[in-house]
Amino acid sequence: MAQALLSMTAIGKTFGAVTALQKAEFHLEKGEVHAILGVNGAGKSTLIKILSGVYQQDEGTIKLDGVDIRLESPKAAKEQGIYCVYQEVDTAIVAELTVAENILLDTFAGKGNLFVSRQKINERARLALRELQADNINVQQKAARLTLAEKQMVLIARALVHSAKIIIFDEPTAPLSIHESEKLYAVIAKLKAQGVGCVFISHRLPEVFEISDRITVMREGTLVKTYDTSEADQDGVIEAMLGAALSHELEPRAHEIGNPLLEVENLSDGQKLKDLSLTVAAGEVVGVVGLVGAGKTELAKALFGGTPLTSGMMKLSGKTAKIKHPADAIKAGMALIPEERRKEGLFVQESLETNASFPNLKKFSKNLLLDRKAEKRFADEIIERLRIKTDSTETPLVHLSGGNQQKVAIGKWISLDSALYLFDEPTKGVDIGAKVDIFKLIRQLAESGKGCLYFSSEIHEAIGISDRILVMYNGQIVKELSRQEATQERILLYASGGKEELGETQKLGERQRDSVSV
Amino acid sequence: MGKHKSSVKDNAIQFLFKYGAIALLIFIIFYFSTISDAFFTYGNFTDILRSISIVTLLALGVTFTLVVDGFDLSVGSTMSLSTVVSASLMVWYDMPLWLVLLLPLLIGVLVGAVNSFLIVVIGIPDLLATLSMMYIIAGLHRTYTEGYSIYNNMPLTSGGTAPGQLSEAFLWIGQGQMLGLPVPVWIMLVMVLASYVILNHTRWGRVLYMTGGNAEAATLSGVSVKKVKFAAYVVSGIFASMAGILFTARVGSGQIDAGAPLMMEAVAAVFVGYSVLGAGKPNALGTFFGAAVIGILLNGLTIQNLPYYAFDIIKGGVLVAALAVTYVYAKKKFSKN
Repeated sequence: MAQALLSMTAIGKTFGAVTALQKAEFHLEKGEVHAILGVNGAGKSTLIKILSGVYQQDEGTIKLDGVDIRLESPKAAKEQGIYCVYQEVDTAIVAELTVAENILLDTFAGKGNLFVSRQKINERARLALRELQADNINVQQKAARLTLAEKQMVLIARALVHSAKIIIFDEPTAPLSIHESEKLYAVIAKLKAQGVGCVFISHRLPEVFEISDRITVMREGTLVKTYDTSEADQDGVIEAMLGAALSHELEPRAHEIGNPLLEVENLSDGQKLKDLSLTVAAGEVVGVVGLVGAGKTELAKALFGGTPLTSGMMKLSGKTAKIKHPADAIKAGMALIPEERRKEGLFVQESLETNASFPNLKKFSKNLLLDRKAEKRFADEIIERLRIKTDSTETPLVHLSGGNQQKVAIGKWISLDSALYLFDEPTKGVDIGAKVDIFKLIRQLAESGKGCLYFSSEIHEAIGISDRILVMYNGQIVKELSRQEATQERILLYASGGKEELGETQKLGERQRDSVSV
Repeated sequence: MGKHKSSVKDNAIQFLFKYGAIALLIFIIFYFSTISDAFFTYGNFTDILRSISIVTLLALGVTFTLVVDGFDLSVGSTMSLSTVVSASLMVWYDMPLWLVLLLPLLIGVLVGAVNSFLIVVIGIPDLLATLSMMYIIAGLHRTYTEGYSIYNNMPLTSGGTAPGQLSEAFLWIGQGQMLGLPVPVWIMLVMVLASYVILNHTRWGRVLYMTGGNAEAATLSGVSVKKVKFAAYVVSGIFASMAGILFTARVGSGQIDAGAPLMMEAVAAVFVGYSVLGAGKPNALGTFFGAAVIGILLNGLTIQNLPYYAFDIIKGGVLVAALAVTYVYAKKKFSKN
């Protein structure tokens, strides 16, 4: 094999006492899509941040085209032709500038050009977008008005106009719909054909297998193995990531399903949600599945009193419930684990203790004063019960990994002993170890007679956890499937607005078969 | 690579952040004590405490609004309004003491309510809403007194002299002594302690802090963010009114524009307070401490004959130093990894 485009050799990096990378390796060829897989904490992000100049390695060498390079800053990395398309695109886009200005940002922000020809900028931007077959984007509009997928295109175009050698895609498809994802795959294929080396990070195995040429698996800060994708199989890769085999078996349900806990009739919010009816019984996990944009999050928020309703009736344990504010919902015995946990579920700069006791502060007050010891005891209890990894109960949550943060977002409701739990995409950005813990916890809740609504776009996971599945499409519940009836193919069909009679089952099913999401 | 060295540096920053402000205070006291006999005396210290009591009350109000991630620029004007109203109630209308104390406080509640209406219901950013209110209230209080300060038996524009005087009992609030300390100092200490207990040791305080930390998460945890913010601005208005009453009682007349120069000083005290004991956020003890640092520094420098027109340089310098420590630390503490 000829000389690699990029060779990262024996990379080491520590943060204080924590070793993030140890003798990590990564090699990239020209015109290759190379995926990096690993559970959260495996060191992917650190490796990527070193490659994009955000962090500097303590040990090891980085060679680009066989030449030693030192990436002192993100700017230095860009000058070497290394660009990154971040998962959170908004951090890299200036909302108030036009699309064209965003694409050429580094050019006119960096050099000493006093005057900038708007026409020239627009022309170059238009060219770059055309190359990506994204010329439907108007280069003169403000970037703020773009969709997420379009913003990604802008970032890719930015890399293109600077003739990037390497583009890093950090979980690019996580916020995208299936259609948008496929468009992105096409763009990546095109970049590849132009000789750009693409680094691809994703939690979704099916797409990794679809678009990558090689797969590097990392675990505990080091390289486990690099596979040629054509020779790799999913189970083997998962095993390498976990260091253990994953059981695919669904556990049988032993417990009884009780009386109706939540009954909702004809709920509408005047915007997205149209005439929804559903029930959840005590001891039941009901999956609400739909694609991105189907209205799952809106439904969860509406049930919880976070958004106003225009019509509909709700009963909790047989009694009519008037829920106008989350406070009413909590009083009525509901708990919401929101999708955007850092934004909506947690106080990330506060300690685990403070977060855990918050929904039920009365319980942690003695007379008028807070009982700090009781707060700590409770924090210790949920740390043990949910197997949360943290230094202490006083650690600010920003220092915890995504999975552990999510566990806190769930654990904080435990002291209220709520009857009904709404989980909105609880496994988003969570590694597989934490996922297993979260699934266990949800099953435990159900077995102890709680009701759970499980909102998810990860169809496979929803089938695994739910007793019954409601499929949402375009703000409505379009189909109810029992556990026995639910298959990925059928759910996906209804979730994309199809009907069984149309005979599309086959085609849609094919694509998503064996989809395991990690 | 350089791990040991960096941890020493980290520890130094940690130490500076936690105890820096206190160490600075001790140093200042020590320094002034060595160069002046008049400084380290009981009399001088009670003087200092009395001189900061009014600013501290204002600053406590600002602390509450900052805790909920708001801001109140109208406290100075509110204090001015309360100053002239309390004086006028006695001098112009000869009202009983309890009304003289109650009505200004109600005005404070009203100002807080209007502030939160503008911010919470209409949605004007806090800084701008309270800036507008600052002007409106300043104008109101001058219009109310027709631009004059209010003093005992003053001549009235309608002819004749005012019927009332500031009563002895009222003046005692600002000038009296109790158990060896001036009454304003007692009021300040009680209010600082009460604010501290409420903010740090009750669930209401927790709710205030969490609302400020992440309003969305607080809402989804069952907090009515609007009510909480409303409460914070009302508390701020009440504190500003208390400061106004205290000022009237202290000076013995209803000076117009009494609060204007104190507003920024109060804000500075709160921000200096961020750096006390590693809080990194608005807190009641820190606010008191911030006011004390500034007060002691100015007192000592006055004894050293520093001209008063240079005082603002000192205030600004202390503020910058405190903020630098706070933000450098916050960057370390909350940066990932």
